[in-house]
Amino acid sequence: MSLKNRHLLGLEGYPAEDIQTIIDTAFTFREVLDRPIKKVPSLQGQTIVNLFFENSTRTRISFELAQKRLSADTVNFSASTSSLKKGESFKDTVQNIEAMKIDACVMRHPTPGAPLRLTEYVDAVVINAGDGTHEHPTQAILDMTSLQEKFGHIKGLKVGIIGDISHSRVALSNIHGLITMGAKVTLCGPATLIPPHITDLGVKVNHNIDEVIAWADALNVLRIQMERMGVSLFPSVREYRSLFGITTERLAKHKKEVVIMHPGPMNRGVEIESAVADGDQAIILDQVLNGVASRMAILFLLLGGKAES
Amino acid sequence: MKIKKLVKKTLFKGGTILDPVNEKSFKGDVLIENGKIAGVGKVSAKNVDVIDCTGLTITHGFCDLHVHFREPGREDKETLQSGSKAALAGGFTRVCVMPNTDPPIDSPESVRFIAEKGAECPIHIHPIGAATKGQKGKELTEMGGMAAEGAVAFSDDGLPVMDGGVMRRVLEYGGMLEKPVINHAEDVCLRSDGVMNEGKMSTKLGLPGNPVEAEGIMVHRDLELAKLTGAKIHVPHMSTKQSVDHVAEMKKHYDNVSAEVAPHHLFFTDKDLYTFDTQLKVAPPIRSKTDKKALIEGLKNGTIDCIATDHAPHTIEEKETTFDLAAFGMIGLESCLGAVMKVLVQEKGIDLMTVIKALTVNPREVMGFNTSLCADKTPAEITVFDAGETWEFTKNNIYSKSSNSPFLGESLVGKVKYTVVKGFLTSL
Repeated sequence: MSLKNRHLLGLEGYPAEDIQTIIDTAFTFREVLDRPIKKVPSLQGQTIVNLFFENSTRTRISFELAQKRLSADTVNFSASTSSLKKGESFKDTVQNIEAMKIDACVMRHPTPGAPLRLTEYVDAVVINAGDGTHEHPTQAILDMTSLQEKFGHIKGLKVGIIGDISHSRVALSNIHGLITMGAKVTLCGPATLIPPHITDLGVKVNHNIDEVIAWADALNVLRIQMERMGVSLFPSVREYRSLFGITTERLAKHKKEVVIMHPGPMNRGVEIESAVADGDQAIILDQVLNGVASRMAILFLLLGGKAES
Repeated sequence: MKIKKLVKKTLFKGGTILDPVNEKSFKGDVLIENGKIAGVGKVSAKNVDVIDCTGLTITHGFCDLHVHFREPGREDKETLQSGSKAALAGGFTRVCVMPNTDPPIDSPESVRFIAEKGAECPIHIHPIGAATKGQKGKELTEMGGMAAEGAVAFSDDGLPVMDGGVMRRVLEYGGMLEKPVINHAEDVCLRSDGVMNEGKMSTKLGLPGNPVEAEGIMVHRDLELAKLTGAKIHVPHMSTKQSVDHVAEMKKHYDNVSAEVAPHHLFFTDKDLYTFDTQLKVAPPIRSKTDKKALIEGLKNGTIDCIATDHAPHTIEEKETTFDLAAFGMIGLESCLGAVMKVLVQEKGIDLMTVIKALTVNPREVMGFNTSLCADKTPAEITVFDAGETWEFTKNNIYSKSSNSPFLGESLVGKVKYTVVKGFLTSL
């Protein structure tokens, strides 16, 4: 049981059978997380560095927990406490870290392509924890793990991705992953926040949220970044909420119970109403737990961890 | 590369002479005496140094309307001297240097600085003066004084003149002086933070896109303003089908229009950026297959007059970084002939004459330089190349101070062997 690619940089062109292997492995680690002692020795003696060139709370904690549950040694690097501020180049920073003999790098970076660049500079396994507006493959895998848990399958599912698609690595990785796994994807959001060529990737675009709710089995609601407002990408929170906000009132119009997901952090009362986020249809906290399990599976498979006897 | 002074008489013997002015190609010899043309065709002479040109093509020295030699200000990237070596390696005997240096070439004094330093170089170097003071797009420069010091054209290249009203004044004033105006056609508001062509590829890579309209709309505006003012407009580094269409349309109604294309826009497509290769980050960006096809067709049918390299040296540090931080631009002089011959002649079957015209007579006509280079007593400006040689472009072929080239490792067709200019013979 091994994966074809040595690194996990993105889900574009990633083999379906490998995505399935990761999801299946994630479920075995879910069991570990339900035990009283939530730790296995799979990655004992392996050193992983978490390179965070951009702020992150939940992704970093999720990765750290996954590493600790697998008994790996971890080191954290974050740009705010690093020599990057002293003008050291990206290349020097990563080569210095590599010189300290590590087995894997988990990297978040504000620039698309930075993890690929990293693979040129270091010998370690590289896992992309989000590169700018490019990809966030582990988030998409945990989303798909959650869908499989809820529905028992991914193939044929109808998934709506709602919100700011243009600036979302979560959306792009989900699109690649879901299409590869045979799901159907429709994007919904303001035309200013949907890239003009996105339909080339095999998805549909529909700006009418009610039609998308009626069609979908699940909605992945993305965070709206307030800093996008005022650079004329959307006019106001009020306008956004009324055109695209996911509210109980809107959901109640449909007989079908659509499953609600959100990668966090949420803007309650903007893209998602509190009652929806906390309601029965939401699987947002399951996503968080599946995040740890999926990242354990990814680390385990990429670092050749010994299966537990 | 060896550069040595020409002996009293040198005979380039037994080559294919390609005369782009008269559009003739014939077997023959070229005799140079005291640095000047002394015979073209069947030449017999005594006491000469003979250079065997069997299997080689002898033509006019190439002329590049668009290079950045970084002097003054960034001599760590390139100087007029080091850029000249790169030019000689590419078969170029004459170049026009863009004024976006530090400080910019925006006064008669700074034009004189380039002209004087250029005169000491082994090729002919012509300064292009800034169109507006400090390249800020607001106030006209002293174009009259700059022209008197040797400025051959006016441009804020690197930056567009965004204000249409200012662009009109630049064209009126430059037109009065009968100098071409060159505008870096890119609407900065439409381009926004775009770092590559907007399309499927930019969407996949998550990189901010620069739409073809950012260029096309600006090219259209500039062409209309040129017609309004009667000035001569030269459109630099065209990258899109829209631009080609606009130029083709304007050329039906108005004569004072010329256009250039860069080898990298003819060679690559945005699909080549899938590895986030910063060597391919350039402004205007590498576009789609459709655009590449239109550029090739435009060159073939004469809509595009010139091939110009937009030779833009950058340090290793400026390129060996993440895509957003990397500098825009690439060097291009040394790889130019090999790149364009591979795409245009070998792959697309365009005749060599068309390609050589775009490197020799056409750019000289745009700037009003002498084109009768075969005439007796003309100071020799000759390039000799092997049209059939397939070769790999490596760091050994680079003479620029910088080595930021996406052509490294590419197989090219057509290699420069000798360049003659200013009484010197360069052998490669």
